[in-house]
Amino acid sequence: MTIESALPDYRATAEEVVERYRRNSGFLIPMLQDLQKEFGYIPRPAMEAVAQLLDIPLSQCYSVATFYSSLALVPRGKHLLTLCLGTVCYLKGGKEIAQRIEQELRVKPGETTEDRLFTYQPVNCLGACALAPVMMVDDTYYERVSVHQVDSIFAKYRE
Amino acid sequence: MTVSSRSTESREPVPLSAGRSEAGLDGRAAEAARANPRGTATAERRAGGGGAAATLSELQEPARARWDALKRGDQPIIWVGMATCGLAAGAAEALKAAEAELEAHGIAAHTIPVGCVGMCSLEPMLDVEKPGGARICYGEVTPEKAREIVRSYLVEGDPRADLALGTVGDVEVAGIPRLSELPMIAPQKRVVTGTFGLINPTDIDHYLAHGGYQALQRALEMDPEAVLAEVERSGLRGRGGGGFPTGRKWRSCREAHGEPKYVICNGDEGDPGAFMDRSIMEGDPHAVIEGMVIGAYAIGAHQGYIYVRNEYPLAVERLRKALADARECGLLGENILGTGFSFDMQINRGGGAFVCGESTALMASLEGMVGEPRAKYIHTVEVGLHGKPTTLNNVETWANVPVIIERGADWFASIGTEGSKGTKVFSLVGKVRNTGLVEVPMGMTLREIVFEIGGGIPGDKRFKAVQTGGPSGGCIPEEHLDTPVDFDQLWEVGSMMGSGGLIVMDEDTCMVNLARYFTGFLRDESCGKCVPCREGLAQMQRILTRICDGEGREGDVELLLHLCDVLDDAALCALGNTASNPVRSTIRWFRADYDEHIRERHCPARECRGLFRYEILAETCNGCGACRRACPEDAISGERRQAHTLDQTKCVHCGACLEACRFDSVVKV
Repeated sequence: MTIESALPDYRATAEEVVERYRRNSGFLIPMLQDLQKEFGYIPRPAMEAVAQLLDIPLSQCYSVATFYSSLALVPRGKHLLTLCLGTVCYLKGGKEIAQRIEQELRVKPGETTEDRLFTYQPVNCLGACALAPVMMVDDTYYERVSVHQVDSIFAKYRE
Repeated sequence: MTVSSRSTESREPVPLSAGRSEAGLDGRAAEAARANPRGTATAERRAGGGGAAATLSELQEPARARWDALKRGDQPIIWVGMATCGLAAGAAEALKAAEAELEAHGIAAHTIPVGCVGMCSLEPMLDVEKPGGARICYGEVTPEKAREIVRSYLVEGDPRADLALGTVGDVEVAGIPRLSELPMIAPQKRVVTGTFGLINPTDIDHYLAHGGYQALQRALEMDPEAVLAEVERSGLRGRGGGGFPTGRKWRSCREAHGEPKYVICNGDEGDPGAFMDRSIMEGDPHAVIEGMVIGAYAIGAHQGYIYVRNEYPLAVERLRKALADARECGLLGENILGTGFSFDMQINRGGGAFVCGESTALMASLEGMVGEPRAKYIHTVEVGLHGKPTTLNNVETWANVPVIIERGADWFASIGTEGSKGTKVFSLVGKVRNTGLVEVPMGMTLREIVFEIGGGIPGDKRFKAVQTGGPSGGCIPEEHLDTPVDFDQLWEVGSMMGSGGLIVMDEDTCMVNLARYFTGFLRDESCGKCVPCREGLAQMQRILTRICDGEGREGDVELLLHLCDVLDDAALCALGNTASNPVRSTIRWFRADYDEHIRERHCPARECRGLFRYEILAETCNGCGACRRACPEDAISGERRQAHTLDQTKCVHCGACLEACRFDSVVKV
């Protein structure tokens, strides 16, 4: 088996995604979101293919991909750890939880742990303020999180 | 297949149990409801109509029959709050437990996911309705509690007044208050959120059975000009923050040259502490859609967009389902209700950028570009999306439109104040007892909202301020708590209505640190296009950080105010123009806090680390040693059972001793 055949076919996926939106460059953001859903991030070859297929400069894709916080250009960890740092969560102890996460996982916002298990992404507000402070791992919400709980939540995903 | 689909599955109005037999008990009603690809009875009726568009009454009749059959059937109904708040609090687990208990007793029941009732701090909430009996609402339902409630009420006939919050509907139960009469609910006026918690947002028949799309029918029978005049006359103003008169916006767009015209729903609710729009999109998506179709008809648009924040996946799914159902029923798409009017819309997910809540940035984002605002010398109602006339309104604004058409502009204008008509939905959060979603008539004072509906401040703490308007708003101190909820009066006290986040703060909140938080937020979210915002916010953040770290200088406050002026005058968009509000309003009302930080190196709220001390109270310390063991710096000493002492020279102000002490003997001074 060659190395090429082991890699995902970025071009084919890009073509499929671009066709999904009838090659309309107005849908660049949803296209990139779809690519990210497919690969977990936006691989450069896929982005190059999109730019080519839409006949737009690669720099436009790049500027969009770097502008929006939900789009990632580097591979993410197995689990996405989202911490709400909206006003209420911040007031009710979110900042202490953020410190604890950074300490425990040795990551900064947006980074992925060395073992590729978690990508840490603080967000502005998850809109569940009544349950503050709120944290999410993938699609699971953790409400009224305390600093002490953080370790045990991680432990669940480490098993 | 799950229990929830029982109710949505039945083809015939009666009996409702038809589709129930193979129902498994794997729970997660929301998932099932979201995934339920099958159309409703209504849709099937329409499909069977041989292609001709159904009239509204042809849609409504079977919907009403289904609803009546559900309500008058011989099976109990379990209603579960399945909005994000409810799910986060464990509604799915509670439902699963309830279903297991039902099965254990061989009881067949309908399970219906509903939107947010608004009592978010009591989630998960679950209502049990007995056939022909009372519907009782229970709060903070754990799985064990769910089993207990089902067993007690449905098997043993005990409504469990000890666990109940209140009754819903006409049938009352002795010893249980009516939910609508609870202190948190009674002062509210529910117009936009009226059906929240009562109908299944994923079932168009529920919406139709409650008069849904009646306003659309009425609007389509009117001249577009008359629809516009009605909205103008209602006095409705934009609920997204600016408070611009909606009717005037629509008229400018209608009269603008250029085709096609677009309508957009701004669901990019980025203000931290605000979740009204999420709740509306999740709890009553059809109201938003109906409002948009009416608006499009009045303006002359045939294409619409709903731009939803990336962080709201459930809202997207509910809207997607609602759009598909509306299309299937002929309420969206070609030849709506057979009137010849055509309009369709699509959902766009945001990429996670706060600035995209600004209209021109949002439109840039819809065009596949970076979300940078542009100067609005020419308004978007003339040159908006793709250079065409575009009307952009907030979710709540659109949801108000059907009500105005249905009940009339006069009725709508009878609610509220001289300059602000109707109601406003707020998310009441922070240091307040009853957190949640509230809807009040304009003109109610902030004091009533915080202390009557909100129940005041928890603990023995004192109220300090309420923050309105998100990062673009300001903090309002106690002496202005009697300010009514009104666009113009909130401006006068240095804040703004904003989209509707009300964040209550108590004496433990440092206003300087809060200003720093918002400035930091806005600095991170600044798109970077114009210099005052990009550089000004970074400088303000530096100065505020310096003050919070105890390194503030004389003149810092004046410097901050100067930077505020620059931002107000020179920033490009509304985000930048209002970015100074948190700093300006905290200086205006809490100047003493700033001065104490700068001159005395002391934080009056005892929040800024290093600007207050920890002390051990000798009178109450019993020498248990918990704080001594917790201290990472060995700053605490003392014999067993003797009062301990803290060496201030070693203390690093980590707060571990305060957390460790179970006798309240460690205090901040």
